[in-house]
Formats: sequence, C-alpha cells, structure tokens
Amino acid sequence: MSQQNLESLDVEAIREEFPILEREFDGQQVVYLDNAATTQTPDPVVDAMSDYYRESNANVHRGIHHLSQEASIAYEEAHDRVAEFIGADGREEIVFTKNTTESENLIAYSWGLNELGPGDEIVLTEMEHHASLVTWQQIAKRTGANVEYIRVDETGRLDMDHARDLIGDDTALVSAVHVSNTLGTVNPVGELTALAHEHGALSFIDGAQAVPNRPVDVSEIDADFYAFSGHKMAGPTGIGVLYGKQSLLEELEPYLYGGGMIRKVTFEDSTWGELPWKFEPGTPPIAEAVGLHAAIDWLEDLGMERVQAHEEELAAYAYDQLAAEGDVEIYGPEGGADRGGLVSFNLDGVHAHDLTSILNDHTVAVRAGDHCTQPLHDKLGVPASTRASFYVYNTREEIDKLIDALDDARALFA
Amino acid sequence: MGLGSDMYRQQILDHYKNPRNYGELEDPTFTHIGENPMCGDEIRMDVKLDDDEETIEQVAFSGDGCAISQASASMLSGELRGKTVDELLEMDRDDVIDMLGVDISPMRVKCAVLAEKVAQDGAEIYQGDLDVEKTTTEDD
Repeated sequence: MSQQNLESLDVEAIREEFPILEREFDGQQVVYLDNAATTQTPDPVVDAMSDYYRESNANVHRGIHHLSQEASIAYEEAHDRVAEFIGADGREEIVFTKNTTESENLIAYSWGLNELGPGDEIVLTEMEHHASLVTWQQIAKRTGANVEYIRVDETGRLDMDHARDLIGDDTALVSAVHVSNTLGTVNPVGELTALAHEHGALSFIDGAQAVPNRPVDVSEIDADFYAFSGHKMAGPTGIGVLYGKQSLLEELEPYLYGGGMIRKVTFEDSTWGELPWKFEPGTPPIAEAVGLHAAIDWLEDLGMERVQAHEEELAAYAYDQLAAEGDVEIYGPEGGADRGGLVSFNLDGVHAHDLTSILNDHTVAVRAGDHCTQPLHDKLGVPASTRASFYVYNTREEIDKLIDALDDARALFA
Repeated sequence: MGLGSDMYRQQILDHYKNPRNYGELEDPTFTHIGENPMCGDEIRMDVKLDDDEETIEQVAFSGDGCAISQASASMLSGELRGKTVDELLEMDRDDVIDMLGVDISPMRVKCAVLAEKVAQDGAEIYQGDLDVEKTTTEDD
C-alpha cells in the first residue's frame, strides 16, 4: 500500500470525531491499540443514539402512537441498512442479537441441538474464537456429534489440504472465523463454504474481525450464516448481527421465546411471527440498532476499501517494526492482503501481562492474554500474547510509541 | 511513571528472576494446582506440615507466569514457613499486597493473589472443607 492510500483516509479529521482519543493519563495522551476488543465510538454514532433517546424513544412494533411508530421505523430500517451493507437480500435475513457470541449460540441451539446427532461432524478451525469453539463443543457433547479442527500451518494460515480431508459427507457444519482475532489471518471463507456445500453441509462464518475493516458480501461468500458485533465497528455494545439465508431461517425453531415474536398465542400453543422478528423476542436493543445504523453510514462515508487499505498499511508497518526488533516473536502471516489490522506478539523473556502493564505506563492500550483462543495459544506454545490492533483513527506514530516503550520492558527484565 | 512500573521494584524482579523454593517437594502433606484464567498462568503449591500437623515446615511452588504471580509465589513460599495452616487461611489480599511491598494495579491483583489462593484452596481441601480437583482465582 502506498502512503497516498493511508493519507486518503483523513485520519486527522477522523480523530476529531473521537474525543476519547484526547484523554490523558499521567499527562500522556492515550494510544488506543485495543480495537479488536472494542473500537471507539465517533460523535455521529453517540449523537444518533442520544437523539433517539431525546426525541424518539418508545417501545417498538406494537405501538400505535407517534413515538412508537418512529421508534419502530428506525429499528426496522436498521435491519435494512445492515442487509444492504453486507449484501443480504433484505431485513428477513438480519437478526439482531446481543453480540457475535449470541449469534453463534442462536444457531447452535436452534439448529445444532435439533439437527445434530451421533456420527455428525462439526468442522471448526484451530484458530476459532471461544465464541464458536466452546459453543460447538458443548452442542457436540449434548448431541453425540464430533468436533474436528482444521489445522493452522506454521505460517498461521489454514491448511486447506487438511480442510479438504476433513470436510466430508458426515460433515454437517463448517464454522470458521473470517479474520482471526489472534493471528490476524484472513481466511478463504468462500472456499471453505464451497467445500461445505459440496458435501451438503452448512457454513457459519464468524465475521467479528472482518466486517469492521473490509468490504464483506455474504452472498459472494455464499455463507449460510454470518455473524458480527456492533461494538467492534464504531457502533455501540449490546447489539450483534446474525445473518442467515432466508430459506434456512424460515425452517429454524426460535432460540428464545416471548413477546413480539409470535403470530398467535392460545393457552395451549403459539405460532411464530415473520422473519426476522421470530428470533427477536422481548424488547430489543433499539437505541443500539439506531447506533449501528449510524456507524454503518459513518463507515461507508469513509469507504470500506479505504478502511481496509488503512488497516493493512498499519498492520504491515507494525509487523515490520516488530520483526526488526530481533527479540520479538510475532504470530500469524506477514503483513499483506491476508492479514487484518492486528498483530499479536511476545517480547523475549517478558510475560505478556508484564509487557502490557509496562506499555500502559506509556498510556499505550493493548491486550494481553489468550484473546479467547486458548487452544491456539497452547499450539503456539505460549500461555499468552500481547496484541496490538488498529482502527481508522490510528497512526504510524502511535505504533512507534509502542515500539519505543519496549525498551523499558527490556531494561526492567534484562 | 505510572502504577505499572512501580509494580516492578527491585525486590519483585529479583524474586521473579531468582525464584526461591521453586520446584516440587518430595513428600508434601498437600499439593494443589490452580490457575488464573485471565492469563492462563498456572501454579502448583506443595506444602509440608510439621509433626504437629499444624505448622508449615516447607513450601515449594512451580509453574509459569508473569512477574507478579511468580514473585508473589516465591515470597509467599518463604513467608509461610513457621506459620500455621489457620494463619495461612486467615491471609487476605491485603496481606499479600503488603508482603509484595508495591502498589498492584487493580487488574493485576489476581496475578498477585494466585499463589495465596492456591495454597489456601490446597489447605481447605486437605482439611476436607473443599472438594474440587482444580480451582481458579475467577471467583475472587
């Protein structure tokens, strides 16, 4: 990527919409590099949500009064906006959940528990987030199905030969992360989905680390299910998305029951309402849906191609700077088109938690731990790693601050 | 410098780099393994009691972890010698932080108390008051 591309995203102007980035601790301005955990929220998104509460707040769907109509339209239109953003056919295919984890669980309970049995195979990857790994493990235990894992090779990419070996006629589901939250690897999810379909299996793609930073088209991937979270894409916490092909969602039983999802209820039985509402019982996250809508508008104004180019540029820069240090071990592919905007690493002789505490002295915010990929860390042979993850407001200078702070850790632990 | 570097005073770093009583006891009265699920650190504590079955005669620890959890285990292993099991059980997080002699940032307290928690859980299991194979600091 050229410097031109990086400048074509006006980072200075973007940063003005994030007052939180001006915060100082001990006189030092925060360097926020924990975006894979959650991104910061720009003023237009905060404003959209506060405007909603100030001007339009009411419960949705059932109200006849003006405010409820306004709230209902805003809530329903947020589904349309998400559908348009990811290339879905319409609001029927967009279910709002609490987060990616709940989207995974919805399919696990609604489809997995009902459809899986002994002899069925669930194929995951070794780089799955616990959101899917733990969930499908438990569903397998209850149904007698087996879980298999597509290997991660020494470059941090999926071993696709192994994938072709594993995915067979017993496979009922292939569930994979689109972008790994630990290795940064961008996986060939279209190819995995095609493999699943060749064998009559479904595909579930966890896009929590993909939708925020690259153009995603679910129809191009042909995924049966696709999930992501609002708070990792400049939107609010408390809202996640489950995309599902309409024909599949129509067949599925609801996972949660209650009001707002029904067609008819008698003392004996109930029938379910239209998509997507049959999967959204109870009062949904209305303000959060308004916020997510605003976040998508905001991101599309920036242009998702430019967002992606910015992320790749920063990830490649961080990778190169860290690799040049000599005593840093980096996990996952080198910078480039198949690495998302994050870099996980360890500094030789310093535990990730200690390093992260020392970086915090320099007000550099990164994450330490297993990033909810404990089995992957076991495979890498480390208990934990430090992860720097980037977003549209980050700069090379911020990465330089991280690199400079490594010297302090070396001095202490030498 | 902020709280973080204050945590890494010479004494902490010394115990981290040259841990005391590291290893396993040949004939422990009780042994327990526990972990801090936040970082995956796992510590094993071996405790040998005196003939009175009350006084702690020897303590050893093993496992990998961050500087705070390892230094805490190293210091605790010395601190516990001569104390009774009841005195061990009475210890709380403030005692551990006093022992460490540094300010521990809130998110790192679990690292600091891991060894104490593992030793206490081991003692409770030994006394028959706790019935688990492995415990964590998650519920603190």
